[in-house]
Amino acid sequence: MYKYDTYDQQMVDTRVAEFRDQARRRLDGSLSEDQFKPLRLMNGLYLQLHAYMLRVAIPYGTLDSRQMHALADIADKYDRGYGHFTTRQNIQYNWIKLEDAADILADLAKVEMHAIQTSGNCIRNISSDHFAGAAADEVADPRPYAELLRQWSSFHPEFSYLPRKFKIAVIASKKDRAAMRLHDIGIRIVKRDGALGAAFYVGGGMGRTPMIAPCIREFVPLDQLVTYAEACLRVYNRHGRRDNKYKARIKILVHELGAEEYTRQVEEEFALLLEQGVEPPLAELERIKTYFEEPLFADAAADALDRSDPDFALWADRNTVPHKTAGYVSAVVSLKPPGGIPGDATAEQMRLMGDLAKDYSCDELRVMHTQNIVLPHVRTADLHTLWTALDAAGLGSPNLDTVEDIIACPGLDYCSLANARSIPVAQKIATRFADSGKTAQLGELKLKISGCINACGHHHAGHIGILGVDKKGVENYQLSLGGSEAEDVSLAKITGPGFDEDGVVDAVDTVTQVYERERRDGERFIDTYRRIGMTPFKEALYG
Amino acid sequence: MVDILRYRDDEAVGHAAVTVDSFLDQSNAAAVRVEPGDDARALLPHLERIALVEVNFPAFGDGRGYSSARILREAGYDGELRAVGDVLVDQLAYMRRCGYDSFEPDAPLDAGDVEAALARWPDVYQVAADQRAPIWALRHGDGHAA
Ligand code: SF4
Repeated sequence: MYKYDTYDQQMVDTRVAEFRDQARRRLDGSLSEDQFKPLRLMNGLYLQLHAYMLRVAIPYGTLDSRQMHALADIADKYDRGYGHFTTRQNIQYNWIKLEDAADILADLAKVEMHAIQTSGNCIRNISSDHFAGAAADEVADPRPYAELLRQWSSFHPEFSYLPRKFKIAVIASKKDRAAMRLHDIGIRIVKRDGALGAAFYVGGGMGRTPMIAPCIREFVPLDQLVTYAEACLRVYNRHGRRDNKYKARIKILVHELGAEEYTRQVEEEFALLLEQGVEPPLAELERIKTYFEEPLFADAAADALDRSDPDFALWADRNTVPHKTAGYVSAVVSLKPPGGIPGDATAEQMRLMGDLAKDYSCDELRVMHTQNIVLPHVRTADLHTLWTALDAAGLGSPNLDTVEDIIACPGLDYCSLANARSIPVAQKIATRFADSGKTAQLGELKLKISGCINACGHHHAGHIGILGVDKKGVENYQLSLGGSEAEDVSLAKITGPGFDEDGVVDAVDTVTQVYERERRDGERFIDTYRRIGMTPFKEALYG
Repeated sequence: MVDILRYRDDEAVGHAAVTVDSFLDQSNAAAVRVEPGDDARALLPHLERIALVEVNFPAFGDGRGYSSARILREAGYDGELRAVGDVLVDQLAYMRRCGYDSFEPDAPLDAGDVEAALARWPDVYQVAADQRAPIWALRHGDGHAA
């Protein structure tokens, strides 16, 4: 894991002092809310329906047990004893007082964490593959590149007042576990003739105009990575639309210019920037890489799993994935107990996960963009002990990537922009399938719910997507099918007229029945949908 | 005259700045004003006869002026570069990094706040137009930049 040196620590400490001063000026009235807003947003502090919300960055989703404990302590001390893990691998606290905000940032700084640039029209926290460093299919650990970019983008003097927010994801395998092509910039580390480089995908995004990012450069040498990113950002900062907030993301610029013209402008800027010496030396990347060296894995023979306990066997089959090292797996801790709030964890649960990571996962945890927690390096031999502890704390749901593993945004329960509630819909759907026992039979089925067109719940990318809309003052839900955010990326299509809250739960059930009827051997829901198309689903829903 | 914060020792240009379009049309102006939508690169062929570039920030959230400034400095412009308009104390440090060396804010700034804001950051993470050595250069002791 990356460790701050005195420079990194000093930058974060300085930021805390700066924010403390800004908050003081707001509280004594010398800053108006309008003037304070962009400053608090640069520190992840939002004003929500009922209180301030603080979003804390978890760079590329990686943290250790000490940090997880600190997050738990903040939940207890300043919030209501829980936190919410987000689709950008961050954590949010929903009940924060402005008076406490600087103290929270100071507590975070003590464990090398911060809330810098987790909101505002700037480069946001950089996300990555949650199985980085453990996945068998990666060409390299993508996190050193994400860390390099984290430092480059922190307090960037030119790119802190962009037309709109800017999200970057970095992966290093063919499989895409980070929705890379639905980011403003998606970077895939690739190998060509034995050398590593970066493929750049620019102009993806969800929101009201979802777009899949085109590849604008297949190979940027590693010693030009920052320079190329800088060129992409400069073209956007200069030419991105500022007349309409809904057309201000880079996806609109790339779309309106065309990928070819955007690329031409980037390449022109890139050539000029190469002269400016903005690129850190490769020695800096090497320095960062030393923090991401593989843990010393025990020389474990691939122990056979003791499957005598059926509940454990079910969980192990569903919630663990192969590791690059024999005798190890990555284990997923589900934050989706049926009936719970997707992505929420109590302070006690956080502490338990931290302790288990320390004992059984080389002191590492990851936040998944699907709002679960990964223990990346677990010995197969320890799995049963691990599961027993998780299960006792309500963290043992065997539902990774199933219909119960729903992404849901905070929706009308918290969010001031919402049209409809997301959480109760997620709860009803998960409970319905858990009770009927159909979850396992349905296999991989990614269901995603957003409470408004901003699409924080990634509904465009759900095998099944649900979007809350406001229909003459009544909450209404549109259903869509066929989205994916993985390497087979696609955008979902709306089925037809919307449903009320209970209606949409029934509609999901109906759709799964069509799948069960039509599926061929081994087909996932999305495969069946792609083969048979929308019509049979429409007939069942509206026929 | 409004309060102008200036971090240069030379004489300030005495006459008003003209728009980019009129600057390109006439050859005698030494001061030009860049609006957010203007292409700062249009000035590059004429840098040797410019002594003052004003960059207008009609609203602080419109960050195009940060790129305009860096582009001018990267091309070697060493005359005065002035940020004008909705220039707030919390943006000064970034503006300095992008190459601004004078400020003409709509609302006067408190001198103590300005000093604190400009002294705030002991180090920086990236190369910009201010020649400060980024943290990576300090780490690797290669004495990058100035
Ligand atoms: S999708 Fe809409 S309702 Fe949900 S969190 Fe985002 S802005 Fe709020």
